[in-house]
Parts: sequence; structure tokens; C-alpha cells
Amino acid sequence: MSLLSVENLVVRHGLLQAVRGVSFCIERGETLALVGANGAGKTTLLRAIAGAHQPAAGRVLLDGADLTDVPSYRRVGMGIALVPEGRKLFVQMTVEENLLLGKTAGRPGDWSVDKVLEMFPNLKPRRHAKTGHLSGGEQQATAIGRALMSNPEVLLLDEVSLGLSPLIVDRVYAALQGLIASGTTIILVEQDLNRALSVSDRVICMLEGRVVLEGPSKQVSREDVTKAYFGLHRKSPGSVPA
Amino acid sequence: MSAVSSSPVIERGTATSRIAAVAVVIIIALLAVAPQILSAGAVDRMTALFIYVILAAMWNALAGFGGLVSVGQQVFFGLGAYFAIRLAGAGLNPFASLFVSASIVGAISWPLSLFMLRLRNGEFAIGMWVIAALTHLLVNLDRLVQGETGTSLISLNVYDASTRRAVIYWLALASMTALLAILFALLRGSTGAAIRAIRDNEDAAASVGVRVTGTKRLLFVLAAFGIGIAGALWLATSITFQPKTYFNVQWTAYMIFMVLVGGIGTFEGAILGALVFFLIETWFGGTGVWYLVGLGATAVLFSLFLPRGLWGTIEEHSGLRLLPVGYRVRLPADIADGGTAPSPLQTTQHQEKA
Amino acid sequence: MSNQIIQGILLGGYYALIACGLSFMFSVMRIINLAHGSLAVFAAYALWLLASRFHVSPFLGLLIVLPLMAIIGWALQRFLLERSARGGALLPILTTFGLAIVIDNMLFEQFGADTRSLAPYIGSLSYDSWEWPGSIYVGKLAVIMFATAVVLLGGLQLFLTRTRLGRSIRATSEDPDTAGLVGVDARRANAIAASIAMVTVGLAGAFLGMRATFDPYAGAPQLLFAFEAAVIGGAGSLWGTLVGGIVLALAQTLGAQVHPQGFLIGGHAVFLIVLFVRLSTSGLGLRGLLRLPSRSAS
Repeated sequence: MSLLSVENLVVRHGLLQAVRGVSFCIERGETLALVGANGAGKTTLLRAIAGAHQPAAGRVLLDGADLTDVPSYRRVGMGIALVPEGRKLFVQMTVEENLLLGKTAGRPGDWSVDKVLEMFPNLKPRRHAKTGHLSGGEQQATAIGRALMSNPEVLLLDEVSLGLSPLIVDRVYAALQGLIASGTTIILVEQDLNRALSVSDRVICMLEGRVVLEGPSKQVSREDVTKAYFGLHRKSPGSVPA
Repeated sequence: MSAVSSSPVIERGTATSRIAAVAVVIIIALLAVAPQILSAGAVDRMTALFIYVILAAMWNALAGFGGLVSVGQQVFFGLGAYFAIRLAGAGLNPFASLFVSASIVGAISWPLSLFMLRLRNGEFAIGMWVIAALTHLLVNLDRLVQGETGTSLISLNVYDASTRRAVIYWLALASMTALLAILFALLRGSTGAAIRAIRDNEDAAASVGVRVTGTKRLLFVLAAFGIGIAGALWLATSITFQPKTYFNVQWTAYMIFMVLVGGIGTFEGAILGALVFFLIETWFGGTGVWYLVGLGATAVLFSLFLPRGLWGTIEEHSGLRLLPVGYRVRLPADIADGGTAPSPLQTTQHQEKA
Repeated sequence: MSNQIIQGILLGGYYALIACGLSFMFSVMRIINLAHGSLAVFAAYALWLLASRFHVSPFLGLLIVLPLMAIIGWALQRFLLERSARGGALLPILTTFGLAIVIDNMLFEQFGADTRSLAPYIGSLSYDSWEWPGSIYVGKLAVIMFATAVVLLGGLQLFLTRTRLGRSIRATSEDPDTAGLVGVDARRANAIAASIAMVTVGLAGAFLGMRATFDPYAGAPQLLFAFEAAVIGGAGSLWGTLVGGIVLALAQTLGAQVHPQGFLIGGHAVFLIVLFVRLSTSGLGLRGLLRLPSRSAS
């Protein structure tokens, strides 16, 4: 059984349909990259999986259990953690407090404040600083650490490289490689195609709320994805229809 | 041509609203001659009703259109009465002093608005209450008022009772009509568009160049002036002035009740709310404390379960618009139907803040 | 004169007690509860009822009344505030104002217009005093009240910064949606915060009853005092309310020196002066007078 599956998910923002019947599965230990232009529905899809948006139709299953009516705070305890777009840290609280918040409803496991600080050594001196005063890279590290503190089975990463300098992005991705190597299941939304393809096992390209391309990252070419990105390409030969 | 007939039509009045306009004129005319027929007690009650309508309409102007919820509007009610006492005491004709007093209240509210309008939401609400409490204490210091003992509008006693009653009735009717007309004109004019923009989304309105503060100030001053008239008229009907009675927060409680029940942010709702309040007071006012408990509980229930009030709910379900202050767009289908109560595709009337 | 200043500072402890619940609720739920003062008076009546009818000392009575207030806070949040806050920022003002009218008049219905006090039920504590150097007499009750305020504010501060629940409440106040995404049940956090606020209101009501008299309509002035102290002190930290309470009480004390009616006038006046200075020195308005951190998400 797939670890997480999304079935015909539809999410609306008022009259606008942001996600229009998306289905996919992810296996344990797999890394899935979600790509697509701005407004393709990637963030909404991730947030719906995390429970921040109530879908208008469709289901989200974790280990076969239907999560559709489970509120977001309880999904954390079931093993889904989101690193939201824009990081969304609690800026009046310190790095340590933000990390500890991640533990509130999390699953038992070996992630701790110290372990997060090991992973992101640059956070060590900022442990008791308010996150509103941190640099972008430090903030991103805190946001990832906060999600890890709940010992997730599935980690959802939304645009973790947004607004960071290339050097910092390299560091963040080096840390992610470590997580992937340790077997964490990851769905990541990433604008940078090269990074998305290099880090992931499988890639899904979305356009206007639908999946237009899906395939193993090694097999789809950058060109395929670019075409799908702009709607020039419908289904790639090896893709699973949405 | 089909090109013409298939395009949406923007309209202001409806057939219903034109009938309503005629009805309004007839009602005012009937009310004007009513003292000839009604008993003395009934004339007094009708005067009270007009004052309630003024209070409801003015609080609605502030809260429903300006987005400014105040629980200190009793300050203008009390000041309206206080200045009237003072002016009449200084030798001005008592009837004239009612209106001069309200003008002074309006004038005072302008500098006050410079200060108070910078507060937001709950801060503005209680801030106004502090202003009312402080003003009450300061008025108590006036030797003429003699603290809570109070004083009377003695100079009214030169008129005989029936003349006095009728004149106050007409003044109240005229004040109510004039204030409603001013408010209606404001809402239909260019200020009205600004008011609705602010009500829908204040920040967005400011960003597209709506003069948010200026518009709010206008409503604040209008409400102060109108409530000042109401306080002065109330003084004229009851003669005695005790600060505790006039600066009592219950006046604001009545205003909130009337507007919440009638329909906050709708022109007709405030009038309907005043009528409902008037009837409830007539029937249950004698039950004392339970009557007040009932008013409070009704306000809570309306705010939770029917926040648009009676009129807002009626409008929503029927598309009925008696005194339209907004615009509405009708789709060609509606025009073809030619129905008198078309379902509006979209009106600017009650877009509520999310 | 120094005697009056000390009395004023100690009275500030009471204002801090009544203000901290109001500003705590505002900081977490962005709601100013207009029934705040009425609920304090309700608690005072509950203690009075226990003392006069069942001979329960007001201090013991707190063991019953404070849990009751916690339940009321929870219910208030779940059944009234949560629903009305969904209708925008203005609706909770109207809802809680209506609630205040209901509470005030129910109290009047039940207990009549007579003024009551808890002073007869706390023995000599209501008039005992300590003599401090310089022949300054300070009432024991006033000192206890001030100490309670300090302990309560300190305890709240510790709770908010050192406990998991406290962090959850702070996270919810900053950004309820994101709080949910990291595993915080925002509804529960809000309900607990409302419970805590009502416990502080219960304590304030107890001291209101012990140090003075109250009647069914005493809630409105208490609300105004609480609001004034919270705004004057409004420095983001809970200790600001203590400063605000002291400033308010000192202004009232000073006002009473100037004129027999000056007690309340002095308090309102200092509030307006602080407000005026703050409004004219900062371009503030959007973030509000209680000087709360703006939400990160907007």
C-alpha cells in the first residue's frame, strides 16, 4: 500500500478552482517533486494534504486511513508535517520555542532541538533569538527543523529555496539530502527545475490545477517538463494519466 | 437590437422603491397632521418613537456605514440636553436652544474625531465610553446642574402643555425626516460609494484612493449632531435634566439593540429596528429588569445567529429594496421577466467583511 | 503625601489584576470583552452569596468560584466569541456588550440594588494595617492584593514562556492557521486562554468585593479601569499592565487631592493624556494601542 495517496482532490478558493481533480501516490522513502508555474495549484495541493484547506471533493489517505475530515493539528500527530511557503515562523518566539512547538502534537521519535541544531549548525548561536530577527536562511532552517520535530512520516516542503541566496540554498539542500538518505518520505514544491529533478525520484508537473506530466525524474527530460510547464505538452509517453 | 437588450442594466430604483417613495411622502404628511387626532399620551409616545428612529439611524450611520462601533454615544445625547439647558438658561428661546445645542455638539465632535478615529474596533468602542464617563463627571461639576440632583428646562413652562406637546412632536418629526434625508442623500451621493467601499474593505478602499478618514469623520460628526438633537428633544419632552439619566450607557444599548435587530448597515433596517424597539418597550417596558435582560439577550442572539438583522435578512431573501441607496446590476433575463422583485446578481448593498 | 502615593501604588495592584485578563484575551483572540467588568462583579456576587448564605470565607470560596469562572471562560469562547469572531472584528464588541447587559440586569434581578461588600466576611483583614517606617500605615489587604497581582503576572509570564501549553497559546495568538499546521489545536488553545482570563477576572472580582462595595451595575466602571490600565501600560509584556494600573491609581489619587470629585476624573484624564501622547508620537493605529505584536500572516 502507498504511504500517502491523493484521490481526485478538488480544492476551491471561493469560486476559483485551484486544484481540479488531482490523484497521485507516494511510496515510503520516496521523494516526489511537484513543479509547475505560479498559480498551478502546487501550494494549495500541499496545504490540502496538510489539512489547511478543506477539499471540495476527493480524498487524502495516509496508510489507507482517510484523512479528509481530520483537522490539520491532528494530521501532524499522524505523521504529516508541512514546511509552509514563506516559512510562517512565529516571529515573536525564539528559535527554540518554534522548534518545541513542532513537538506539540508530534509522533514519538528521535528529533530534538539539539539534533536540529546539529543538522543546521548556523542556528546554534541563534537558539534564543526571536525568529523575526533571523536571516532568511536561518528562518528556513528553523521552519524545516520545526517540521522535523514532529518526527513526520511525510515531509511536505513548499518552496524552501524561495528568497535565499544560492549558497544558502546549497546548504538547505545538503541537509535535505541527509534526510532523504535517512529514508524520510518527501514531497517538495520547487521552482528550480534542475534541483527538483536532481533531488527527487519522481516528478509531477501541474498546470492550472491538473497533473499534466508525471514520471521518474531520471527518465523525464528537462525539455519535457519545460513544455508541460507552459501547457505545450500534454502527456509524456511514460507518464501515468492523472 | 439584441446587442442592447442582452447587456446588463445598471439601475438604482425599482418599481417597489418608487411606490415606497410615494408612501414615504404620504406617511410623513399623515404624521404631520396626526396630533390633531391623537390623544396627548399617544403624541408623547410618537415623539419618543421619532427620537428612537433618530438614535438608531445615527448609530447605524456610524457603525453600519462607517464601521465605527461606539459604546459611548450617550455622550452626545447627554451633551445635547446639557447645552440646551445652558442656552435656555442664558435666555435663548428654549426651542431654538435645542438646535443650537445640537450644532454645538456637532462642532465639538469634530476635534474629538481627530483623536478618536485613530483608534480601531474595540479600542474605539471603549475609548468613546471613557469620553462619555469623563464628560458626565465634568457636567456634574457645573453648579447649575448641582451634581446628580440635576435641573430643569424651566423656560419651557411659559408655553401651555398642549402647544408644547404639539410643537415638540413636530420638531421631532421634522428632525427625524431631515436627518434621514441627509443620511439618504449622503448614501446615494459620491460619499455613499466611499462609505460602501470602506464597509466592504477599509484597507482596499484606502489603497484605491477613497478618503477613508474624511468619510468616517463626516459620519462621526453627523451621528454626534443627530444624537445631540435627540438628547435635546428628549430633554424637551421630559423637562428635567439629571446627568445620570442622560449620560447612561443604556442609550447606546438601545441604539445597538435597534440597529442589530433591524439590520446593521441597511438604511431601512435602523428604522425597522426603532419600530420594533418601540413596540417592545410599549408592551414589555413595564416588566423592568427582565425587559432589559431580554434586550441584551436579543442583541446577543441577533449578533450570533442573524447578524444582518431583520431587514438584512428580508432583503437577502426577497431582493426587496424600498429606499435603494446602492446600485444593482440586472441581467437581461431579469429584464425579460419584467418582475417587480428581480433577483439581483450583485448589489453593492451588503457585502460583508469576511 | 508619601502615604497617599504608597496607597495609590497598592491600588494599582487591583487595576493590574482586573486589566491583565482583558489584555490577555485581547492579545490571544483579538477580542475586547465588554462583559469583562460584569463578569468580575458576577464573581464578587458569587463569593458574597457563598459567604452570606453558606458561611464560606471568601478565600475558601475562591476554590469554588475560580473553577466556575474557568468553565464560564471556556463556554464563553466556545459558544459566543468563536462564533461571533467569524463575523468580523466588530461583531464580538456587540455580542459581549449584549452579554454585559444581560449579566448586569440578571444580577440586579437576583440581588437587588443594594450595595454589597465582602469586607464583613474577611474579619480584621479589611481594616488591619502594618506600620512602615515614617509612620506610614499600609492596609494588609492592599498589600496582599498587590502581591497577588505580582505573583499572578509573573506566573502568567512563566506559563506563557516555559510551558508547552503557554507556547501553544502564544503561537495561536500570532497565527492560528500556522499553529494548526505545526500541531496546535487553535480552538482548544483559545478556549484555555479564555478560561485563564476568566480566572484572573474571578480573582479581581474577589478583591473588588473585599476592598470596596459593589452593586449590580459596578461592571461598567471596572471595564473602563481595566481598559485604561491595559492601554496605559500596553507595552506588550504583562508587566506593562502593572505599570498601567499604578499610573491609573496614582492619577486617581492625585485627582482626589485636587477636587472631591476628582478621583475618577483624574484617572480618565491620565488615560486620555497617555493616549494623546502615544497617538501623536507614533503613527500607530493599525497595530493598536495595546501594542501587540502584529500577526506574521496577513
